[in-house]
Amino acid sequence: MFVTSSLAYSYDGSFEGLLCCVFESYQWKETPLAIHSEGSGQGLLLEAKWIETDKIKADRVLRSIPLKISREAEELVRLGFWSAVPDKEMLLLNFLYLGFSNGSAVMNMLADDTFFALNKAVRLLRRESHHYLGFIRFTVYGPVMAAVIEPQGYVLPVIKDHFCDRFQSESFMIYDRTHRVALIHQPGRHAIVPLDEWVPPQPDETEAAYRRLWQSFYHAIGIKERKNDRQRASMMPKRYWKHLPEMTGMRPVRAARQEKAPRRPRNPKPRELQ
Amino acid sequence: MDMMEKLEILTESAKYDVACTSSGSQRSGQAGSLGNAVSFGICHSFAADGRCISLLKVLMTNGCIYDCAYCINRKSNPVRRAAFTPQEIADVTMQFYRRNYIEGLFLSSGIMRSPDYTTEQLIAALELLRNEYHFRGYIHVKAIPGADDALLSRLGTLADRMSVNIELPSQESLRRLAPDKSKQSILQPMGLITNKITENSTELVKYKHAPRFAPAGQSTQMIVGATPDTDYQILNLTEGLYKKYKLKRIFYSAYTPVVEDSLLPSLDTKPPLLREHRLYQADWLLRFYGFEAKELLDEAAPNFNPLLDPKCSWAINHREQFPVEVNRAPYEMLLRVPGIGVRSAQRIIKARRAGTLDFHALKKLGVVLKRAQFFITCKGRPLEGLKVGEHTLLRSLMSGQELAKFQQPEIEQLSFFDDSYLAALPEAGVAASFSYGG
Ligand code: SF4
Repeated sequence: MFVTSSLAYSYDGSFEGLLCCVFESYQWKETPLAIHSEGSGQGLLLEAKWIETDKIKADRVLRSIPLKISREAEELVRLGFWSAVPDKEMLLLNFLYLGFSNGSAVMNMLADDTFFALNKAVRLLRRESHHYLGFIRFTVYGPVMAAVIEPQGYVLPVIKDHFCDRFQSESFMIYDRTHRVALIHQPGRHAIVPLDEWVPPQPDETEAAYRRLWQSFYHAIGIKERKNDRQRASMMPKRYWKHLPEMTGMRPVRAARQEKAPRRPRNPKPRELQ
Repeated sequence: MDMMEKLEILTESAKYDVACTSSGSQRSGQAGSLGNAVSFGICHSFAADGRCISLLKVLMTNGCIYDCAYCINRKSNPVRRAAFTPQEIADVTMQFYRRNYIEGLFLSSGIMRSPDYTTEQLIAALELLRNEYHFRGYIHVKAIPGADDALLSRLGTLADRMSVNIELPSQESLRRLAPDKSKQSILQPMGLITNKITENSTELVKYKHAPRFAPAGQSTQMIVGATPDTDYQILNLTEGLYKKYKLKRIFYSAYTPVVEDSLLPSLDTKPPLLREHRLYQADWLLRFYGFEAKELLDEAAPNFNPLLDPKCSWAINHREQFPVEVNRAPYEMLLRVPGIGVRSAQRIIKARRAGTLDFHALKKLGVVLKRAQFFITCKGRPLEGLKVGEHTLLRSLMSGQELAKFQQPEIEQLSFFDDSYLAALPEAGVAASFSYGG
């Protein structure tokens, strides 16, 4: 029924945009070979068809997911879109084909290649998000606090409830430098907003003193007879270290100044959240 | 003495306590307060020894009027002493918590003046945190053996978890190494806490706002390798404690020599990390896999095999129960297959509803086929090309990587492919008779 064409789709990189790609594929009964987000710089070999983002179409697709598959599937699709897996667009499209033809049973098809790959991507995103519940470090600047992270997946929407609940009465910001967005919280409201460049100011003397205190705690708590670097690196992968004062001394702040920000990767368009 | 020095000394003295998890309490944040608690626990960092750091783990003071032989803080050990005031504890907890360094506080103490006085100090610190600073994060506090019931009850309403350390797995060992503590002085507060928690849960049904008593439950810790107690004794005690005192967790701590004492292993003894690891594995089997202590060990073989994990050992000795058919076996039996864990067993149950599973599918569900292959069939058939030779079986079940994690001198020297060693294994020889019936 569906014809595999030599087509590629290209869209604006938003979640709604991707849903419109799904709509398009169903409408014309065609399966693209690839789906690229705008500016991802790929797909030069294939003829690309631009898919316009249309709120109404996107809504129709989104509403049909819990109806024709299940609520669980809807969550999987949202999280899958935030994951860092390459080609997540095709994965999501294939998953939706599978779901629309099998109904809720698709959620039991754990051994199916598409479902397995999507599940795995979502597992990784969840694991990374869980890591960040512990590995985020705030710096206190007077009445506000700020933290910088460089995650692979788009974790802010996954971790926001945790931090907004925990620090209800604080004003804070978590800056995701990979995706160039920030979670900004003030008592009673919060939002995820685009933020191209943000360099943390130098910590003041009180802040520096607490970092030193934390470092000395960190060093005192390890038992040297049980030293196990391998275990440590597997539980706390090195890519997190640069933002952890206990692993880098006072360096992270200064290092962040000279470093070039990474290239903007393909990522979902930040959405306003309230 | 400045804060930095104090923190170093009082962390140094607390680091042998292993109860570092922050799990078991669920409490949301509140306007005007700081913090919440999350039931699955959150690790905030990992120390150089690879262990999780989730709590600010410190002693109120490392001065102590007792003289337990294994303890770095014993009266007769000449170390530098320091003490925090309740105010200092509360301040540093708040500051660390705000920066997201920690999930909360783990507070213990050496015994100053008397058990009651010490408990009052702990109460003062926790009251500051909870009532003055409105701290809603996690707090684990150590009950001091010998303290008054009323004080311990008060302490328990301020904390998420309360624990008393068993420390030594037998009364005999306790008598020799911790002469100031008795079995009674440990079990009594343990019983008190258990009762309070039970009482509290019925109160909560009646009055929604009854203050919660140690909602994350009670745990304890045992030192392994300081005394001649066997794994069998330890595991039996474990099972008894889970049943009788409804403990949430029991922690095992490989003994690291910290003081010279004629009753203890010498100072150059390496901590028995592999033994500790085996005990955790067995503990897991008791809590989540439906095993009983007596299935895993007995008087005749009272210690775990260093080369095989407890579940593999059990399976090798119960060949008559295998192979199991993955597409039909009940959940409880799937759990007993080496290479199938709780997660993969659940996934198998789920995935079988969508269709018949083959070996390829199992792999995707997270089954470790290297181990499971000998114990299962798919659609009535074993894995194609499976050879069940005596040595292939044992070699596949032994995890070299796992063993390498623990630098155990006696095991490091072994070559895993040294047949003479395999022949010496008690289970060797049985593998030849291990075949698929029917
Ligand atoms: S009572 Fe506690 S702190 Fe004091 S010596 Fe014994 S184990 Fe150490």
